[in-house]
Amino acid sequence: MIGFDESLLDDADETVRVRFTINGRKVACEVAPRETLVDCLRNVLELTGTHAGCEMGACGACLVQLDGRAVHACLMFTVQADGARIDTIEGLTESGVIADLQAEFHRRNALQCGFCTPGMLVNAHELLSQVTRPSREDIRDALSGNYCRCTGYEAIVDAIDAVAKARIESGGPT
Amino acid sequence: MSAPLTSLDRPNSYIGRSVPRPNAKRLLAGRGRYVSDLRLPRMLYAAFVRSPHSHAKIISIDAGRASALEGVHLVATGADLAKICTPWTGTLDHFKGMTSAPQLPLPLDRVVWAGQAVVAVVAESRAIAEDALELIEIDYEDLPIVADIDSAREAGGPLINPGSANNVCFRSQLDNGSVDDAFAHAAHVVEEEFCFGRHTAVTLEPRAIIADYDPAAGALTVHHATQTPYQFQDLYSRHYGLPEARVRVIATDIGGSFGMKLHVYHEDMAVVGLSILLGRPVKYVADRIESFVSDIQARDHRVRARMALDGKGEIQAMDVLDLTGIGAFSSYPRTSVVEGNQVIRLIGAPYRFKNYRATLEVIFQNKVQTSQYRAVGHPIACAVTERLVDMAAVKVGLDPFAIRAQNLIADDAYPQTSPTGYRFEALSHQACLKRLHEMMDYDALRSEQAELRKGGVYRGIGIAAFVEITNPSPAFYGVGGARISSQDGAIVSLTPSGEVRCLISVTEQGQGTEAIISQIVADQLGVAQEHVKVITGDTEVTPHGGATWACRGAGIGGETALQATRALRRNILEIAALILQEQPSALDIIDGEVVDAGTRNQRMPVSEIARIAYFRSDTLPPGTQAQLTVSQHFAPQGYPFAFTNGIQGCSLEVDVETGFIKMLKHFIVEDCGRVINPMLVDEQLRGGIVQGLGAALFEECRYSETGQLVNGSLADYLVPMPMEMPDIVIAHIETPTADTELGAKGCGEAGTAAASACVLNAVNDALTPFDATINSIPITPSKVLKALKRF
Ligand code: FES
Ligand code: FES
Repeated sequence: MIGFDESLLDDADETVRVRFTINGRKVACEVAPRETLVDCLRNVLELTGTHAGCEMGACGACLVQLDGRAVHACLMFTVQADGARIDTIEGLTESGVIADLQAEFHRRNALQCGFCTPGMLVNAHELLSQVTRPSREDIRDALSGNYCRCTGYEAIVDAIDAVAKARIESGGPT
Repeated sequence: MSAPLTSLDRPNSYIGRSVPRPNAKRLLAGRGRYVSDLRLPRMLYAAFVRSPHSHAKIISIDAGRASALEGVHLVATGADLAKICTPWTGTLDHFKGMTSAPQLPLPLDRVVWAGQAVVAVVAESRAIAEDALELIEIDYEDLPIVADIDSAREAGGPLINPGSANNVCFRSQLDNGSVDDAFAHAAHVVEEEFCFGRHTAVTLEPRAIIADYDPAAGALTVHHATQTPYQFQDLYSRHYGLPEARVRVIATDIGGSFGMKLHVYHEDMAVVGLSILLGRPVKYVADRIESFVSDIQARDHRVRARMALDGKGEIQAMDVLDLTGIGAFSSYPRTSVVEGNQVIRLIGAPYRFKNYRATLEVIFQNKVQTSQYRAVGHPIACAVTERLVDMAAVKVGLDPFAIRAQNLIADDAYPQTSPTGYRFEALSHQACLKRLHEMMDYDALRSEQAELRKGGVYRGIGIAAFVEITNPSPAFYGVGGARISSQDGAIVSLTPSGEVRCLISVTEQGQGTEAIISQIVADQLGVAQEHVKVITGDTEVTPHGGATWACRGAGIGGETALQATRALRRNILEIAALILQEQPSALDIIDGEVVDAGTRNQRMPVSEIARIAYFRSDTLPPGTQAQLTVSQHFAPQGYPFAFTNGIQGCSLEVDVETGFIKMLKHFIVEDCGRVINPMLVDEQLRGGIVQGLGAALFEECRYSETGQLVNGSLADYLVPMPMEMPDIVIAHIETPTADTELGAKGCGEAGTAAASACVLNAVNDALTPFDATINSIPITPSKVLKALKRF
């Protein structure tokens, strides 16, 4: 190999062992230090429900729950999540904690292509666990980092609003 | 107002009902299968070196170190791919005299925009491919840059395509009636120059493609995030010399398209070639920065327009010059001149005047290509027309509603032919105008505006009428020689258990194609919607058709499904009649049961007919061959396009200190003919309006003088976000087209068509007390402050 720079190979080769609890299951994987959490989730763990839209924290497509709070998986290296509890759209769906949100999004067609939807749901879930009675303004504000090219947002706001009200009526969060 | 009752309004009809989309549940559970999610065995990943120059000669390429990097399988240049791929040219015959240079996947000796892909690397991971890009050395020699419309038109200035006489791609002229005469005798003339910046689709999922060539079978499978799989099957087959039947294009879930993903991209063509060279699947997903520099952009017009009116405020004539910059090539296979062509043909479309003249000049520059994106040409035509109408209203002393009531074509005056040659079957401008007036509570808005002005709060009210082009016939592309179908095909089967499967050529991008097709099939056959499975987007499975563009899914795809289902129903009833010893005409199907047509008494389940036909054909009369699979194609005939119409209104507030504009409320009255699923239509309108508001207020691809895009990231390029967007109030008028049984027209572009015109008028209305005007889009805070002379 002519002119080959060995140090490049060394860097790319080096991996780190990371452990976390993903969707309730303990997982260990070997990742390159430069690998972001969104890439690890999507490529290594095949949790493709988490999407990447901008890779710079501007679109919200990659939101996941990390130790119970919504974070941008594109802004974290996988190694930074070592030891954390991570819940993605797949886990939140299985556990049923967002079933009412999903049903209301469906009923009102608060999604078209669906690419923004997992991030929207993670953020809506976060909002409703922090604020029980959000105004429409609060909802729009909470979603201000979630980009959707398809819907025009109104149905998403309506769906979250309806779920917030339904949860209050049924006596607190489900 | 809704359409009169017809055979479509059967009891329990699904047509006209807001049923949710069955396929949306997967997406809500994070179980979408987007091309960016797919991974195939032995798959490799492509990345591209991009040109840092907007115009330069390629002197040399040194890829030695990149090829040697572990994990790299191939480094390919333009010359490598040119050996297996034939060039393409983005022209169409019906645009007389248009020119464009031949294109190849990667350039041979010259780059023509900053961001153009130059060299491809294929490696075991995208990360390794990107590492290898860093090791490739390319020597360029700068060439003179043609960065804007003015420098491109300078006589004797630099040329983008060597050997051409100038930088003009296409010129077109329309001249109807006696325009000069009308202006000479006009009581009032209004005139303005308008600028429309470039913006781009910014689909949340960037472009994604996996090409998988199997040399043993000589077969190519492409998983392509596109609206138009058949078009790409044809193109990959012809440009790579593969038999059409050996090329399969699968368009699965797609994270937004809006017209952007139906053009040929150099990288996508390259990926097909790379897979052929390697005999392995190759994946390419654009990252966000790559999207900004290589996705098609849209608009980029400078329009000079004037309007003549008589003393009473009757529009007499319009005279228009549209200059539009399209990049260094015309895009393929739909060209980059359709937008300009639609601009000059849609201007003035809602109004009654007859004297019209327009010149269109489509100009090359060293930028990425512009081409069809949602509402092609419409926002430009609408903004120019509606702004001039508002300016005229001020001059004549009429209210914006009054001048429109006076000039909009009467609803009972159709059919009409516009001075630009478009034939309108039946539109409802006057009914829409009236409805908007009530819906906005216009008089109350005006008094509130006057009241607030006294306290230094500047609100604006704007309205804008529009015409939308939908259901295109072959007049759109076919006549120009493009192998883009205007027909659609459907195959409908009764399955052995009595359920229904419909394979159809229209595709799904989240607008609800599969939902409305299953509504139509369920409705027309007489079964429950949950027993209908719709399959789209796979050239090996679904029949050939135009797929989804220019708002044709419901109008053309829906009619295809309707006719195929009616044929299947006839066949089912024929078998039922044999079994029941009845006349087919005495039977009907309701809710999965064959019933007596008169009494509705149940006779036998449809599933029983399926069972007998598939498994006990021996019990049918001799000679009976049950045909429980039916295929049907449908191409629009009659009017070349099904035009729709509507009107939008908005109320907003301008902060005259900061220049910020706050959208308060948006309204639309829309007429897309028969509404199949009102909820899905409303969501198309809302989504379309918000895209239009983005263009009106925020979105602009900004370029430096050297042709470099300076805001190519989602942090710098502003898109509409939830906080800034208003709630949108919607009403419908229904004027079905008589060209089809279904009567449906399109609705996907109506929102985008008039949103920016509406905002432009509202902002100018808000600025009235300051004698300030704005005629440039997007209307950024700095433009507002400049107009107010505060910046
Ligand atoms: S991909 Fe993380 S915010 Fe856009
Ligand atoms: S539904 Fe397509 S981006 Fe939100």
